This record gives sequence, structure tokens and C-alpha cells, in this order.
Amino acid sequence: MENTNLTLGILLQLCQLLLVVLMAPLLMGWVNQCRAWLQNRSGPGLLQPYCTLRKLFHKDAVLAHDASPLFRMTPYIVFGCMWLAAAIIPIIAVDLPFSPAADVIALVGIFALARVFIALAAMDIGTAFGTLGARREMLVSFLAEPALLMVFFTSSLISHSTQLPHIVETFAHHEFVLYPSLAFASVAFVMILLAENARIPVDNPSTHLELTMIHEAMILEYSARHLALVEWASSLKLLAYISIGIALFLPQGIAGVGNWNALPLAVAALLLKLVAAGAGLALLEALIAKMRIFRVPEFLGTAFLLAVLGLLIHFLLGA
Amino acid sequence: MDAIGILPLDMAVGAILLWMVLGLSGLVLQRLPHLITGIIFPLGALAALAVAGTGLWALGEPPGVAVLPLGLPDLPLHLRLDPLAAFFLILLGGASFGVSLFSAGYFRAMAGGTLGLLCLEYHLFLASMALVLLADDAYMFMVAWETMALSSYFLVTTDHHVPDIRKAGFLYLLIAHVGAVAILLSFGVMQGGHGIGAYTFAAMREAHLSPFWSSAAFLLAFFGFGAKAGMIPLHVWLPDAHPAAPSPVSALLSGVMLKTAIYGMVRVIYDLIGNVRWEWGVLVLAVGAATMLFGVLFALMQHDLKRLLAYHSIENIGIILLGLGMSMAFIGLGHPVAGALGLIAALYHTLNHAVFKGLLFLGAGSILHASGLRNLNDMGGLIRKMPKTAFYFLIGALAISALPPLNGFVSEWLMFQTALQAPTLTNDIVRSLLPLFAATLALAGALTGMCFVKVYGIAFLGRPREPHERPSTPGTGHDPSGMEQCGMAWLALGCFVLGLFPSYVMLMLNRVCVSLTGHGLSAGALTGSNWLWLVPTASERASYSPIVFMAVIVAVMLLTFLLVRRFYHGRVRFCDPWDCGFPAQTPRMQDTADAFGQPVRHVFGPIYRMHRELPGPDDPAPRFFLKIEDRHWYWLYLPTARLAEFASSKVALLQHGRIHLYLIYTFITLLVLLAFV
Repeated sequence: MENTNLTLGILLQLCQLLLVVLMAPLLMGWVNQCRAWLQNRSGPGLLQPYCTLRKLFHKDAVLAHDASPLFRMTPYIVFGCMWLAAAIIPIIAVDLPFSPAADVIALVGIFALARVFIALAAMDIGTAFGTLGARREMLVSFLAEPALLMVFFTSSLISHSTQLPHIVETFAHHEFVLYPSLAFASVAFVMILLAENARIPVDNPSTHLELTMIHEAMILEYSARHLALVEWASSLKLLAYISIGIALFLPQGIAGVGNWNALPLAVAALLLKLVAAGAGLALLEALIAKMRIFRVPEFLGTAFLLAVLGLLIHFLLGA
Repeated sequence: MDAIGILPLDMAVGAILLWMVLGLSGLVLQRLPHLITGIIFPLGALAALAVAGTGLWALGEPPGVAVLPLGLPDLPLHLRLDPLAAFFLILLGGASFGVSLFSAGYFRAMAGGTLGLLCLEYHLFLASMALVLLADDAYMFMVAWETMALSSYFLVTTDHHVPDIRKAGFLYLLIAHVGAVAILLSFGVMQGGHGIGAYTFAAMREAHLSPFWSSAAFLLAFFGFGAKAGMIPLHVWLPDAHPAAPSPVSALLSGVMLKTAIYGMVRVIYDLIGNVRWEWGVLVLAVGAATMLFGVLFALMQHDLKRLLAYHSIENIGIILLGLGMSMAFIGLGHPVAGALGLIAALYHTLNHAVFKGLLFLGAGSILHASGLRNLNDMGGLIRKMPKTAFYFLIGALAISALPPLNGFVSEWLMFQTALQAPTLTNDIVRSLLPLFAATLALAGALTGMCFVKVYGIAFLGRPREPHERPSTPGTGHDPSGMEQCGMAWLALGCFVLGLFPSYVMLMLNRVCVSLTGHGLSAGALTGSNWLWLVPTASERASYSPIVFMAVIVAVMLLTFLLVRRFYHGRVRFCDPWDCGFPAQTPRMQDTADAFGQPVRHVFGPIYRMHRELPGPDDPAPRFFLKIEDRHWYWLYLPTARLAEFASSKVALLQHGRIHLYLIYTFITLLVLLAFV
């Protein structure tokens, strides 16, 4: 029984690895489609990200003369990190054998690793825009990272574990309790999600006006397959963040330990949650205006304070 | 090993003696500089390896003691090698092995006379640090401590013809001695008024101090060792002194010497005083968090590479203090198991910092040697000229930024895990403070990441930023010689090994912890941790596996690479970078180190004392000027200096240089004494 469970677990893990990497562009397509609808446009269609990726993979890569090996390796590193991150978050079932290898703190570490490499690659060519993007990206990161950890701490203190499977197990499969601390944490998390995924109000994913860019400024020099991997990695990152949100704040429906019969239901629930989350993200982006770069510290400072408030409420109320 | 009759302590003393002999022979051989770099430094490296091996051996053995028939009459010197000392010997030996190998290549170009002196000071410095770790009485400890301070002072002032370096050396010596006085007083308090025989550490362990006197001893020791470690507000010497020394010496100062201060703190607080109070822990936590944030925020403002690294040493001392403080708070509130985890995290970070900071200083030394550059604003594109140095430096930079799967991440992860033990506490204030301190640690970690993106991106990546005045010199910059590369490779390997096999280090540190506090990790941690998994408390609470982590990422990367090549192609074309429609771009338009720190100046402005001149758009002769200073000089050091000058000017009124006046002073003193006694 132990062995079959492990085999099934590994099978499930491999399925999730495949699922996330194939599904991430679709999620991006869905968000873009919703945005288009909200802006009264017909939109490019759900499958547009796949077509873009295919086109990019077929093109010849264009590199600057000065590009170092680090520049060429970075897309693969970033893609690998984001793929791992998205694959170890329990969104269908909690039996994921790779998941104990990296708990929530290590998850923050994976995101940081990918970010440092992409910022370094941005500075590699030596153009003014690359360094500008890297500088701004690091500004966002040092403000968002402590806030994200505070959100994770709140849920870890409630569930007495930093492992996502155990956190999900606590929130989804024990008696239903409303945690006021998690309400604060969830608002903080949404703000962090917007900032970390280069969405409005912090960054604009569809901008091509150089002076306002953060993420796009960093990847200006990438083309063809490298650009495809970086774009694919950012869609994986969005999926990973939404998955974290699902695991922490909406874990209902995720199959418990050894409960294989609940899998079909879990997949259906996941799809529903992703559709809702994508639409919600598009709605948020349609409602908020982009802010100046130096308003970002206030925005993320608010997120941090909300997360800290959640933590203190947990200590005060014990919930 | 008993059959041979050699104990770990004998081996350690042997290695120390070898270092001393090597130092002296350096002085003798100063006419043959190639022998000093070719033989003496490699031999010193071997002795360092022996010291590290001794430490590993002694960790599993019962404490060894020895009494040397040296010293003052009836006051012999005591030595003791217990697991705590053994762990720090591993740190000292491991880090100085790499640094000595590097020195063998680095000092080749140095003139004979200076080199001989440097060789003596260098090896004496290593020997005195080892003696500090082995000392088992206050007398021996202070002698070794002062030898260490003096030998490092002479190493710092190697380039004593530069006035700034002389000034830095003086400041270092001054604060080192203020600290030493506090340490001596702390030993005096701990001796508990038991007379002159009670100067051994064994007697101090026995002495039972009242809460007041034990707090006094703690405060004095914390101040004294803190001055050596560079905690705020006693840090001002560090960013001046560490960069002033030759780079391998900077690596030793930052990587190892600061750790002897941490050793002293742990020794005095956990071992000699023993009865840890939680209030002390809160003080250490607060000072640690302040030191950490101060260090990294000032590091972000630096453009001198070595000075920047020195500020990062301050930051890392803060991180270590944070771990110690959490451990003390837990132990003081009756949770020794969580306290053990905190102590392990702090000591783990101590070891990690020795490895990666040593590596980074050696990398900075290679850049300085190859190109003569220290100012980041003049560097750029070094990855093309010195690819190997760039590779090693990248490992060090990723490790110090606490990125998995390297070693810096493990110790910070353990600290977060310690902080998450907070709900077991009953004291509400400490319980809600601990996660907040953990948040400051996260902030410092993210800021460090930014700082090293800046360092690496500006120094190694991009295009060279030569100043206008200097003609471009394309030939400058090359990878260092084989010996130097070996030194860096050893420390880079250390970053990987300590990062990938954390369970062994944690279990090793558990022994130190048990020998110090009588308590170790929980049973769940001891059974759950193996070569693959690191489990700090229980496997359902938290686990981390750097090997699985690394294996999955590497496998996924390779798979992606192969799939892309299989289904598409690997064609590449080269062209100029995209110029955004403005073809007149020059390398000077890249960010400088100062520009990269601008968002941080904006967010944390009030922390800095800034003088800025921002020219307006219609200024005919625009000149940008920025100077950032440490506020501590203005509220603490300069007033203290003025006070000292004022007091000495008043005392000087007594001095007239006439003999009869001095006779009258003597006479009055005698009268006063007669009246009192």
C-alpha cells in the first residue's frame, strides 16, 4: 500500500509537471482574452500564446556581440526554476513527492534565484534600459519578498508547518474555520501577486514605452527561443502565484492524502478556480491605473503591513 | 588513537607551533621572496588543513585539556579543546586553507622585505586566532586576543605610507582596545571575587553569580566582543580597516577574525555564565536586526568593492546575532530545544559567512591585481577578460544572497524555522516580536540580493566603463594564476558542500550545542535528517532537500535544452545591441554603482546623511555630487572625541614641566592617601 501510494504519487507529480507547463500559456491567454473583453475588444483568442511561442521557437536567435554565456544560460535557468515552483505547489492533490524538498520559504528562494539571474542577464549587454529594468525589478523584489514571507508565516503558524501539503491539509480537510488573520493575508497576497508578476498597477505587461517598463525592459535583448522561454517562464510564474493563492486561501476541493477517487473532482475544481482567478486578475487590471514607480514602495509597504496585521491578529486571537 | 598517544589538542598545538615557525622563517628568508610564496605559504595552508582536520576529529571526542608550564609564576596557561572550539577550528582551518593558497600566488609580486614581515604577521595572526579558540583561562585568552589584535593591526597597515590607511589602522586599534578592556572587566566580574586563582574558565563555570552580576558580565562581554565583531554602534572601524589590508588579509579579517568575536560571545554567554536570560536575548535580537539592516543599506551605497564587502560583513554579523538572540530568548524562556535550533542556525551562518565572504574578498583581490580597479564605477565586462574569477565570484554572490541551493540559504532557512517556533512561547511580547525580526531578515536578504546584482552586474557584466581621462587599456584584466584559482575553487566548493549536505553540518553542530547547553535538537530532527533531507524539528513541520531541488532544476533545464534543440534548432546570429533608436550610446550611459542604489536612497533616505548636488537642466557646467555618511559619526564618535579632547585639555592644565610642581603633586597625593588609609 505504501509502495502503490508512492508510485501513484510520483505519477501524479509527473502529471502535474506536464500539466502546469502545458497549461501556463493558456492561463495567460485567458487573462488577455478577459482583458480584451473588458476593454470592448474581441481579443486575440485563447490559443494566441501558443502560436507566439511556436513562432519564436522557429526564429533564429539574435544575440548582441558582447553577450556572455550567462546571458544565454539564463532563460533555461529561469524556465527551470519557474517550472519547478509551479510543479510542487499542491493544486490537485497533496501527495506530491517533490513538494517536501522545498517548503514555502524555499519557494520564495526559487523565485529569488530566477529573479537574480534575469536581472543579471539584463545587465549583461550593457545598455541603459537593461540596467534600468534590473534596478527597478530589484526594488520591487526587496519590497515584496518580506511581505510574501509574512503571508507564508501567517499560514505556517496556523497550520504548524511550512510545507504546502500540510498547510493545504490543515485548511482543506479539517473542520471549517474562518481565520480572520488569513483575510488580511489574502489581501496582502493579491497585492504581492500583482507586483511580482509585473501586472498593473506596478508594471504594465503590454507596454512598450521604455521609460515605464520594468519586466519588459529587462528582456529587451532577448529574441527567438530565449525570449520564448522567458515568456513561458513568466506565464509559469503567474500560474505558480495563482496556485499559491489557491493552496493557501481556496484549498477546498484539493484531494487529500491517499484519496485518489477525489482526483476528477479536484481537477474540475482547479479549472474552475483558475478561470475565476484569471477573470479576477483581468478585472483588477481593468479597474486600477498604473502608478508611478516611486509610489510602488507605498503600495508594497501597505501589503507588508496588512500581512503583519494578519500575523498579529493570529497571535492575539489565536486564529 | 589513544594507542599512539596523540590527542587532538596535541595536534592543534603542533599546527599552531608550525605556523609560528613558518612566520619566523619568513622573516629569515626575506631575501628569497620566491621561497616565501612558493614554500612557506603552501606549508601554512597545509597546517590550516591540519587544524581543520583536528577540529573534525575533536568534535567526536571528549574535551581535552592541557596545562602549559608557561606564563607568570604560579599562573600557568590552560588549554582546552571542546566541541565549540573544535567547530571554530574547522572554520579557521577551512577558510584559511583557501586564503593561504590564494596568498601563495597573490603576494608573488611583493618586495622581499615587506613580504618577510607580512609572512610573519600573517602566520602569527593565524596562530593567535587558534590560541584564542583553545584558551581555557582569562590570562591566556587575553594574551592571544591582544596578539591577534596587534598582528592584524600590522597587517591592516601593510601599506602604511598611505595616510588614510594609517588612520584606519589607528581607529581599528583604538576600538579593539576599548573592546578588550570591556572583555577583561567581564572576566573580572565572572571570576566572582574568588581571588587570583580563579582566573581559569573552569573556575568561572563554577562561580554562581547573582542576576545583577551575571547581567553585568553579559553586558560587558557583549560590548567587548561586539566591538570586535563590528556590531553597531561600534562598527565604524570595520569599513575602513578591512578594505585597507591586502585582499587575502581582508578575507581573513572578515571571514575568520570577526568569528573569533562570535566565538567569544558564545563561550562567555552559554558556557561561562551559563544561566542565559531571555532579556539578554531580546537585546541581542534588537542589536542584531539593527546591525543587519544598517550593514546592507550602507553596502548598497558603496562603489568601492572592498568597502562594500566590509559593510556586508557588518550585515552578516547582524544575522548571526539575530540567530544567537533568538536562541537566548528561547533558552531563557525554558525552550532549550528551540534554543538549540537557533544556536545551530547562528553557528551555521558563522561558518557559511567565513566561506563565502572569504571567496568574495579573494575575487575582489583578483580584480584589483589584474586591473588595478577597486571602484565599481570604473569596471564592467570583466566576465570576458577573467571568466574563471567571474564564475567563482558568481557562486560567492549567489551564496551571500541566500539563494538555494547554496549554503547561505540553509542557515537563513534554519533561522526562519527557529522564528516559526515562536507559538510555543508564553511570553506575548517575545512571541509576536520573533516573526517581525524574521521579516527584517527577509528584507535584509532581499536587499543583499539587490546589492550583489549590482556588484556582479556592474563589475563583471555590461561593457567596460573607463573614465574619460584614462585612455582605454584593452589588455588589462586576466584570470589569476593557478594557486590563486585553487584558493577560490576551494572556497567555492565549500559553498556547494555546505549548501548541498546541510544535515551533516546540522548534526555536527548539534554536538556543539549538547556540550554547551545540555540540550540538542528534537528526536524528530535527529531521525528525520539524512543525506537527502534536512529536518529541523519534525518531518511534517518542515523539510528541505537541496539535492532533490538541484537535481530537479538541472534535469528540467537539460530536458528543455535538449527538447528545444531536438524540435527546433540552435541557430544564432550576432549583431549590435538594440539602441532604442539612439545610436550614440556609450558605455558611460550604463548604470553606475551609485545609480543602481538610487531606489534604495529614495526609500530609506532618512537613514543616510546625504550631501547631494543635483544640477538643474539649465546649468551651464553641470556637476553631479553625492556623498553619503554614517550618522553614527555625528551623534556618537565626534562628540566623544570632542569630550576626550576637552578632558585632556583640562588635565593638561596640571602639566607645566617644572619639577617642583610635580613634587608638590606627589606630596598632596601622599597626604590624601595618609588621610584615607
